[in-house]
Amino acid sequence: MANAAETKAGKPEHVRHTEEGRAVTMLEAIREALWEELERDPDVFLMGEDIGVYGGAFKVTEGFVDFFGPNRVIDTPISEAGFTGAAAGAAHMGMRPVVEMQFMDFVSCAYEPLTNYIATSRWRGAGAIPLVVRGPVGGGVRGGPFHSQNPEMAFFHTPGLKIVYPSTARDAKVLLKAAIRDDDPVLFFEHKKLYRAPFLREVLSADEPVEPLGRARVHRPGSDLTIVTYGMMVHESQAAATTLAEEGVDVEIIDLRTLSPLDEQAIIDSVKKTSRLLVVHEDTRTGGIAGEIAMRVNEQAFEFLDAPILRVTAIDTPVPYSPPLEDYFLPGAPDIVSAGRYLVSY
Amino acid sequence: MAKRKGPEATGLINGLGASELLDIYTYLQLTRQTERVLSALYRQNRVIGGLYRSLGQEATAVGSAFALRRASDGTGDVIAPAIRNLGALFVMGARPADVMMQYMARSGSPTRGREQNVHFSDLQRGYVGLISHLGVMIEVMAGVALSFRLRGQDRVALTYIGDGGASTGAFHEGFSFAAAQKAPLIVIVENNGYAYSTPTARQTAARAFVDKAAAYGCYGQRCDGNDVFDVYSMVRSATAQVRAGHGPALLEVLTYRRLGHAEHDDQHYVPAGEIESWEARDPLVRFENRVLENGWLDEALLAGVREKVEGMVDRARAEAEASPMPGQDEAATPVMAGVPIAAPWTRQNIPDPHGK
Repeated sequence: MANAAETKAGKPEHVRHTEEGRAVTMLEAIREALWEELERDPDVFLMGEDIGVYGGAFKVTEGFVDFFGPNRVIDTPISEAGFTGAAAGAAHMGMRPVVEMQFMDFVSCAYEPLTNYIATSRWRGAGAIPLVVRGPVGGGVRGGPFHSQNPEMAFFHTPGLKIVYPSTARDAKVLLKAAIRDDDPVLFFEHKKLYRAPFLREVLSADEPVEPLGRARVHRPGSDLTIVTYGMMVHESQAAATTLAEEGVDVEIIDLRTLSPLDEQAIIDSVKKTSRLLVVHEDTRTGGIAGEIAMRVNEQAFEFLDAPILRVTAIDTPVPYSPPLEDYFLPGAPDIVSAGRYLVSY
Repeated sequence: MAKRKGPEATGLINGLGASELLDIYTYLQLTRQTERVLSALYRQNRVIGGLYRSLGQEATAVGSAFALRRASDGTGDVIAPAIRNLGALFVMGARPADVMMQYMARSGSPTRGREQNVHFSDLQRGYVGLISHLGVMIEVMAGVALSFRLRGQDRVALTYIGDGGASTGAFHEGFSFAAAQKAPLIVIVENNGYAYSTPTARQTAARAFVDKAAAYGCYGQRCDGNDVFDVYSMVRSATAQVRAGHGPALLEVLTYRRLGHAEHDDQHYVPAGEIESWEARDPLVRFENRVLENGWLDEALLAGVREKVEGMVDRARAEAEASPMPGQDEAATPVMAGVPIAAPWTRQNIPDPHGK
């Protein structure tokens, strides 16, 4: 039997878009990040359901197992807690596992090892755990309550877990690389409706600098109102900002990108400039990050506010399946426009 | 042996008479034909979300549920079907129109559009709807079974799990708990060779799922999942054990998923010829051959069932298509009694910021 080096396939075309100057979708950017990290660091390996021969439910890892082999692209049993805990063990031994949840809705099965073992490991003196748990989140795709969740806040509340939630192809690529290189555990959320969104296609540089986690990004500079948001809502906010601009309202959009650790300073700096803050998230209202952000701004920049801090979120139910119900459940640009109008006339 | 031929014949096989054989065939055909219509609707974009076929696995679903004591007043055995047990739902009394409305996200569906496909319940007819997270139904049904023992009821809880779902911690905890509690639970591990694209060999190092029964200290049995008579007989025997208070049973059926995990899955990972070899063991064809060869039923009776089912499925589709989409006013359905859901403030009368 020929050895792996002789039989492995060359780097396939669908992972060479950036290299060859072609635009990539968010999904292709994530794929490239994974591939490049696997090539760069022999300790990086992937685990997840159907990521090998099938290439992953969303085809993120299509072609990977042919090139990297089944020891670096591991098809797991349906055991989220099992393989997440196992990832922690492998990380203790110096490996850098990247675990894929087929849908992040299933990360709740791994809540125990993530919150009790992995999040506390550095603090307990057992050593930092450099693992990444990544997977698709978000609704608007008629996936129903168990294929549409935004489960970030359960983990936001647990000290010790980094949470990253990009909204662009470029950020998905550079931040996933940063997450893989980070010595602490990172949950990496990829909005499934953004995966192949044509409007997100962009040409990336082959040498995009890898940015550290924990830094927000000004998605749209403005002066009248700050919208702090992330994920799909960055784009809904952008659409709302365009409408509001026609009404003479200049909106600044801060894309958090990392939820934990939260880039407080970027939020405060923006609020000091605009005096009005609206937090927008696709996650449900109660216990969503808007509450935390509002309190931090209240603590640190109250005097700068000319209006109450408000939020636009999903309603407090599971994600409904039928389109009219899901459309009501989800926040969108019209909500953001209404909120923006209210805040600027306050 | 049969006392007489024809539709009144009794005691033909495993205690089943001709009219029961016709019922079984009706459920087999209803499953197959309903899914065929759903496939057509899916291709026309009238099914919303995914479609999960049970082609090739109908005998497991129908044969197993048929072995239970069914009632529609909340006093019978209770099942929790998995995603490919549509046939079991039909046996328990679910309506094909309900299933179609679930798949088409209509307001008339049992969950009023909130949940999809076979994720719906009817505790009177005796089925608990599943959720997508695998393994939890074993835990839940262990509790349903526990209630039967605690209340001295002669009822059985039955649920299904795939060769993939059996890898979950929840499967272990649910079944182990049921065993420790001697709860009257039957779990059927439906080993169809694949969990999405993952073959069983990559799920477990166990020789067979039925081997796990001994590890739990429980009754275990395995059979050909494509033979509806074998499935019926196996589950029938298991219910006797379980009703006698000996604790839960772990059963395994060997079957095969002839289509992809869901409609979008092209099964490129399946070795050539494998699907065809299982097509030759189609459960409906095997049933037909068996009843015809033994003279238990004749072709006219079988054709009559097929035609009757065609009518049923047609009417179900018409009913489903006539059902409207839910109104947005139904979106804020409470998650707790007496606690209303706050509507988005941006869609109500937004207060005047100047307090007028």
